[in-house]
Amino acid sequence: MADCNETLRELEAFLDGELPRDVHDSVHTHLEGCMDCLQAFDFHAELRTVVREKCRNDEIPPGLLAKIEACFGEDFDGDGVIG
Amino acid sequence: MADRATFTQDAMQHAGQLYSAAMRMTRNRSDAEDLVQETYLRAYRGFHGFEEGTNLRAWLFRILTNTYINSYRSKQRRVQETELNDVEDLYLYRRISNVDQASRSAEDTLFDLFTDDEVKAALEDLPENFRLPVLLADVEEFSYKEIAEMLDIPIGTVMSRLHRGRKAMQRALADYATNRGILTRTPASSSEDPADG
Repeated sequence: MADCNETLRELEAFLDGELPRDVHDSVHTHLEGCMDCLQAFDFHAELRTVVREKCRNDEIPPGLLAKIEACFGEDFDGDGVIG
Repeated sequence: MADRATFTQDAMQHAGQLYSAAMRMTRNRSDAEDLVQETYLRAYRGFHGFEEGTNLRAWLFRILTNTYINSYRSKQRRVQETELNDVEDLYLYRRISNVDQASRSAEDTLFDLFTDDEVKAALEDLPENFRLPVLLADVEEFSYKEIAEMLDIPIGTVMSRLHRGRKAMQRALADYATNRGILTRTPASSSEDPADG
């Protein structure tokens, strides 16, 4: 079973969902029995959520969607289909 | 080959996310609008290259990223990796863990601790080498492999830039919280932290 240092070293890849199955399971097992590491993992998971939600909430400027749709209005090769 | 109606309908669903990402990339509304428009125009022109049934969102983000790198990046100052201030792992976590619980009200979640503008600025102020990987991973939730392909860099480089970029972002967030008096200027001892030793 992984110790605290080994577990914390995998924190990012674990939250990224990029660990191989066996390493992921080993980290998971450690977290079930270690409150300190679990707290650190929970904090970073919550931070990810905060960053994600606060960085993708920009309101689309009025008129941008219409401008994009206007791009689609052009049939570039004149055959009536895209491509 | 998909028809016009299907393409526009499917692609337009991603306009909001593409615009937010374009704001983080260009850091100004006018360039972000142009970038999104250019992205859709390129997507429309290159639609025959998109395989139906594959990930349209990833395909659009790849065009967005390429368009940004090719058309907008050159306008901005290139910042070298060495200019990034380094802090230890778990920096923000340790700082926040040290906050006197009495000075934080019960409803002070991490979400309420930082304003939208602070989090956006913390990301946007990262040097671009770090900003794009962090944006694509933490905000847009793409995999290391997808990011490596979008940025044309090895997966190991994606991982190291994510690691350093995230730490620098946490440092910026800690600075905002310190300036608002939420965190004390001198971090208390972290000797009880499990990462020590």
